[in-house]
Amino acid sequence: MTTKKHISLEELQVPSWVERNQSTIRQMKLYMHTFRRNSSAMLGLGIVIVFLITAAIGPWVVPYPEDAQGTIHLEIKLLPPSAAHWFGTDEVGDDVLTRVIIGARVSLKIGLIITGIAILIGVPLGLIAGLVGGRTDELIMRFTDVFLSVPGLILAIAIVGALGPGIQNAMLALSLVWWPGYVRLVQAKTLSLKNSIYVDAARSMGASNMRIVFVHILPNCSSPIVVKASMDMGLAILGAASLGFLGLGAQPPFPEWGAMISYGRNYLPDWWWYSFFPGMCIFLTVLGFNLMGDGLRDILDPRSRE
Amino acid sequence: MLNFFLRRSIFMFGTLFALLILTFVISHVAPGDPAVLAAGPDATKEMVETVRKEYGLDKPLPLQFLVYAGNILQGDFGHSIFSGREVADDLMRYFPATFELVVFSIFIAVLLGVPLGVLSAVKKNTWIDHFIRIFSASGVGVPMFWLGMLLQFYFGLHLGWLPLGGQLAIMTDPPAPITHLLIIDSLLRLQFDVALEALQHILLPAVTLCFPALASIIRVNRAEMLETLNEDYITNSKAQGISTLRIVGLYALRNAMLPTLAMIGLRFGWMLGGTVLVESVFDFPGVGLYAVQTAVSSDFEPIMAVTLLLGFFFMVANFIVDILYSLLDPRLQGK
Repeated sequence: MTTKKHISLEELQVPSWVERNQSTIRQMKLYMHTFRRNSSAMLGLGIVIVFLITAAIGPWVVPYPEDAQGTIHLEIKLLPPSAAHWFGTDEVGDDVLTRVIIGARVSLKIGLIITGIAILIGVPLGLIAGLVGGRTDELIMRFTDVFLSVPGLILAIAIVGALGPGIQNAMLALSLVWWPGYVRLVQAKTLSLKNSIYVDAARSMGASNMRIVFVHILPNCSSPIVVKASMDMGLAILGAASLGFLGLGAQPPFPEWGAMISYGRNYLPDWWWYSFFPGMCIFLTVLGFNLMGDGLRDILDPRSRE
Repeated sequence: MLNFFLRRSIFMFGTLFALLILTFVISHVAPGDPAVLAAGPDATKEMVETVRKEYGLDKPLPLQFLVYAGNILQGDFGHSIFSGREVADDLMRYFPATFELVVFSIFIAVLLGVPLGVLSAVKKNTWIDHFIRIFSASGVGVPMFWLGMLLQFYFGLHLGWLPLGGQLAIMTDPPAPITHLLIIDSLLRLQFDVALEALQHILLPAVTLCFPALASIIRVNRAEMLETLNEDYITNSKAQGISTLRIVGLYALRNAMLPTLAMIGLRFGWMLGGTVLVESVFDFPGVGLYAVQTAVSSDFEPIMAVTLLLGFFFMVANFIVDILYSLLDPRLQGK
């Protein structure tokens, strides 16, 4: 039996994971350091984390799970905040805290879907416009301009008006008006990257178009996309809540914050807690995503501030 | 300059035409049969077919588009089921209120936003700066409809200082129309009590509407001022002993105003969109409230007309901003 000579990692001269990724790790450390020193960004991150945790564990921690979809117990309707109902109860006796917590989950889903669809439509269009150039570029950008020429909320209302009110249609409408920002962003970035020296170098070595897009251009577009997406999460939630408030989005008893405010409004000012707490949640969530996005921009994309 | 102006105009009309196609697509190609919608929920099959013929909905789409575009060019926006009137008449009735609201609101935003931005930049990192920055950060996140409700109930109901909603008290007769703008008309007719009442009614909606715009004007203006105040020519002026007020107010602000101006143009469009929310909260009789009321009842033609109208005004606003921008910064005219 021959004895295998034991070869240690050091002898093989294989660099460890840490060594191989040293530059990335150093950069991440720098990012974290910059982000941590930015107190408003940390506040935003904190709010976003609380929001995400609430959305994740919501259904298992709410005090009255059956109230989320609107059970009716009129004997406890419109109770002020108390130990049993921290945020009070609404006009059919549902616990407002329960509905607000489930509303976080609804909002997270809304934000992710709208931002996700907007990225899926906007980024490829922007890449194509920037890379192909010429008439295709002109066509895509003029098409984008049309969508940008109307205030987004108005266009969304027009689309909901055509499709009929409801949370699904509201999300669809908002997604359809949300993508143009990404086209502009990615197209501009692609145009400037397309003629950079390293892309020329890659091309001269015979890299395919696909490789250039996915290895060289897209990763370099990712910072502004991440920043924009972070801000858009908040704004999309606000947009859906606005449609809900107008009666064009989620319909009661669906626990969506905007729709809750719309109904709670009828009970102001005596039963203020009904509309106050959902409004506070929208405010904090949008603020959180915005501050976080601002902080991300400071570290990822410092030159492109407003 | 003339060249720039012409190119910009052609671009604007092109976009407007494309917007016309877009509203046509939304209203005619979207799922849901427009004839069924127009005929109403209780219509029989024959009634739907009659409506289809009457509206020309049985013809091929390109032909329908030509008819649609032709009608709109002649000022015929169709008929509103909700109000029972011609949409064009409704727009004439409601648009002046919206216009007044948005203009008033943007005035507040600029008059407050620019000085606050400058103050924040000049007093950088003091408590004044922190306070202004917290204020402007909150402005982005606050749901406009919710803020409106809170203001309405605090100033309208709790303190009783301002009316709860509407454009005038029910008992007040509006002045005979000249410009159709309520405040302007009552001033022209020398009915100062009516003008004051209209101002009281418009104040809360305008403040609510200006809040997000105010926030971003402050932010942009602060950032630009900080950058400009670091320029060599400012240091030079300081060394020459020119007063701080003159340096900040004249030399620095003028350069910092360019990006602020662009932001104001952009925000104008957001405000047009925001009128939908604010007018709903304050029962302010403008096109935003009209759009919501008709959208809820799937009343097609009015919403499309409002979309076109607001799109048009947004484009005009951007057009004006571009022209102003190129007048202030001649380097842009070549582009």
